[in-house]
Amino acid sequence: MKSWLSLALVFVAVGGFVSDAAAGSRILGTGGVSPIEGGSGGGLLSWSTITGYGSTAEAGTTAFATTVRVDDFDLQTLGAAVGYGNRLELSFARQKLHVEPLDLDLKQDVYGAKVRLVGDILYTPWPQVSFGVQHKRNHTFDVPRALGSEDRNGTDIYLSAAKLWFDGFAGRNLFTNVTLRRTRAAETGLLGFGGPKSGYDLVFESSVALFLNDRWVLGYEYRQKPEVLDAVSEHDWQDLFVAWIPNKHLSVVGAWVELDSIADLPGQNGGYLSLQAAF
Amino acid sequence: MLNNLKGAFAVVVLIAACSGCANRAVEPTLYDQLGAHAGIEQIVEAFIGNLADDERMVKSFENTDIDAFRAHMIDQICELAAGPCVYQGRSMKESHRGLGIDAAMFNVLVADLMQAMESTGTPVAARNELLGKLAPMYRDVVTRH
Repeated sequence: MKSWLSLALVFVAVGGFVSDAAAGSRILGTGGVSPIEGGSGGGLLSWSTITGYGSTAEAGTTAFATTVRVDDFDLQTLGAAVGYGNRLELSFARQKLHVEPLDLDLKQDVYGAKVRLVGDILYTPWPQVSFGVQHKRNHTFDVPRALGSEDRNGTDIYLSAAKLWFDGFAGRNLFTNVTLRRTRAAETGLLGFGGPKSGYDLVFESSVALFLNDRWVLGYEYRQKPEVLDAVSEHDWQDLFVAWIPNKHLSVVGAWVELDSIADLPGQNGGYLSLQAAF
Repeated sequence: MLNNLKGAFAVVVLIAACSGCANRAVEPTLYDQLGAHAGIEQIVEAFIGNLADDERMVKSFENTDIDAFRAHMIDQICELAAGPCVYQGRSMKESHRGLGIDAAMFNVLVADLMQAMESTGTPVAARNELLGKLAPMYRDVVTRH
């Protein structure tokens, strides 16, 4: 926790004092923030947006730290991503989930790639559609194996569509994103991949976010989860978030998350805090 | 707590999807919200000022007749905002042909316009509505992606 805090301070210090000119040309907020699996998205969900602010022939780099604190779990995520030409995104995220009742850590790494296929969230009448891959490698497979998980590694693929509706609601700009994900990851992979219940599941994820102004965003996310393991049940996730994007180098997201029951420990609700620095 | 939000979420999406069908007859027109002709003139003036200060853009406007550009842009915004003007310049496609404008340059223009509207005190809703009306120009203006 201490190292997380010092990293956060570095982010704020660096993000707060670099001018916008050093970032890419895209409009503030269009790079999204950093979801728990890395890359560009909301709090718990990946979006079709490309990280950073790089437009044509420009690159953008982001780094983030996120902490999620619910009743019996504590998730720490660190990661970085690079976007190029508002077209391609490569990302990495390292997750550590502390399970308090058992005093053990579950860890995994997520390697992501995303390509924007068509559209632009701001400028085309059709949505921005992207295709993404997330390859996940679980480093603490003993626990998932004991719960009936088949594999320590797994790969999600997803198709995601996003659009900003100018003047969409009460004079404010409204952002919507829907994602269809093919996955066999139990609890995003922290409980392994595949199991007795099914092969791959197709799950639906959606975010809606209202830009109160250029810098403050209020949003809600819903993430359907697959049924993979027999030993423990899995439940859909949702969150309500506030994002503050003071400039192209810094974003801060606070959220209330409801993760329902995880590994049959019920009522996993709590707070989410994420910081992102972008260059 | 958030389970109640699922329903609200669906309602918001529906309302947003239907924002075009709402009857807006009682609301002031976008032209009025922008401050009528004088307000649009101010926005365009601030926008041109931003372009001139923007090293990424100033070169692209080297050969532009700024007075004509200003007049055309005022007419165009006025017409788009349902004001009493008629834009008589060339189509966006025609006037940007061969300029090789890429998405990065278009984004810079949009950012300069957003800043102009903010600095002239244009209400947020009017800013957003105008941006929504200008956004489709992307397809005519940007030729390099």
